[in-house]
Amino acid sequence: MANSCVDFPAKGGFSFDLCKRNAMLSDKGLKLPPFRKTGTTIVGLVFQDGVILGADTRATEGPIVCDKNCEKIHYMAPNIYCCGAGTAADTEAVTDMVSSQLQLHRYHTGRESRVVTALTLLKKHLFNYQGYVSAALVLGGVDCTGPHLHTIYPHGSTDTLPFATMGSGSLAAMAVFESNYKEGLSRDEGIKLVSEAICSGIFNDLGSGSNVDVCVITKGHKEYLRNHMLPNPRTYVSERGYSFPKKTEVLMTKITPLKEKVEVIEGGDAMEE
Amino acid sequence: MESHKESEINGPHSMGTTIIGVTYNGGVVLGADSRTSTGVYVANRASDKITQLTDNVYLCRSGSAADSQTVSDYVRYFLHQHTIQLGQPATVKVAANLVRLLSYNNKNMLQTGMIIGGWDKYDGGKIYGVPLGGTLLELPFTLGGSGSSYLYGFFDQAWKEGMTQEEAEQLVVKAVSLAIARDGASGGVVRTVTINSEGVTRKYYPEDKLPRWHEELEPQNSLLDILSSSSPEPMIS
Repeated sequence: MANSCVDFPAKGGFSFDLCKRNAMLSDKGLKLPPFRKTGTTIVGLVFQDGVILGADTRATEGPIVCDKNCEKIHYMAPNIYCCGAGTAADTEAVTDMVSSQLQLHRYHTGRESRVVTALTLLKKHLFNYQGYVSAALVLGGVDCTGPHLHTIYPHGSTDTLPFATMGSGSLAAMAVFESNYKEGLSRDEGIKLVSEAICSGIFNDLGSGSNVDVCVITKGHKEYLRNHMLPNPRTYVSERGYSFPKKTEVLMTKITPLKEKVEVIEGGDAMEE
Repeated sequence: MESHKESEINGPHSMGTTIIGVTYNGGVVLGADSRTSTGVYVANRASDKITQLTDNVYLCRSGSAADSQTVSDYVRYFLHQHTIQLGQPATVKVAANLVRLLSYNNKNMLQTGMIIGGWDKYDGGKIYGVPLGGTLLELPFTLGGSGSSYLYGFFDQAWKEGMTQEEAEQLVVKAVSLAIARDGASGGVVRTVTINSEGVTRKYYPEDKLPRWHEELEPQNSLLDILSSSSPEPMIS
């Protein structure tokens, strides 16, 4: 009886043949194509009247830079923003999802969103997916209870800190924060320190590069400074411009109409019902 | 960073920890270090591993940060509901039993050990340990986390029945600082929470105020100072 099951598989159900094949292929050294990861430096700090977030703008695909000026500071709510590191698609998807949940929650309650609400929604989602949604986030905002800064790890754990860094450049950026951060920084000092931390990531971490984005959030006001610093401008562009060879050779411009295949008969029999 | 495995930096976030719960005459003292690490990187050097569950019950967390935070979030939520339905504060036993229930039912999913401590009018100060498999232990003192292995002998020698609050707090601070000195995965500051009939007091002892338990070297500004000042060949002892 046991053999008959093997010889004549039942109809329907799942087939796991491809799992076996994939395991065999990966044993022989076939690698899956990598996801687009943002090897990243993202940072945030609390200053005297709010929160400042910062990010670099390089997106990588393995060793290749696939976007030289991407946006890593995502909108969550008018008073809350969130920096994302990890798989680009995941950070984008998870922040979009939670920001729409927050918008609905605002319509329902008629109040400003709180940072802890965003934090709880994000950590619940990430914990549910047990680290497979690889989003490492720095969440910052100002609400009725004051300024807040949190870090969220892909497995769903969270920390609350006065200054935070994430991504592959987090070690370089944290070195800057650890040596220069103090309580009660002014707005300009804060922006300067955040830019320094991001630059340290840009110059010392291979996964980070290009420009500095900054977002300053204070009570009832925010300022998104896209490309606040451009430490890697293009130094030379040819004066003569560039020309490229023609892509497709045009062989003929005369249009030959095709012979009509179907003859349309006027007033033919109506189709039977 | 090439020399480290990727998991050492990007792996799950866990707390190589030292956590302690001690009962004394009239209440309990909970203690913990403040280091959270991802492999070899200290992700947070000032974390708070002693979480509040209700007004009179606190919880020390060790193991996976994500798992222990989720468990304590659920238990806090259940205890608030329970407190409202009951119309009086939840007991430590109920809190500990909820932690056990979640730990045991999801034992295949969770990598976390916890210590529950608190005070209630029925049983007074009580400490419960819920280690990895999800069993519930009521004990006069409990140790947890990677640093705990350095402390069992010390506690067998130093713990006494019926200590005063002062004695218990000093014991906890001493024990955590001993573990910090020997356990690489524990570090930072020492945090304590004392709970008794009077209420709750939180204390923290900064890194530079803790005993180091070994001889200090003379401070040197740079390698050049050593080279110029003492013997001509300083590297040969």
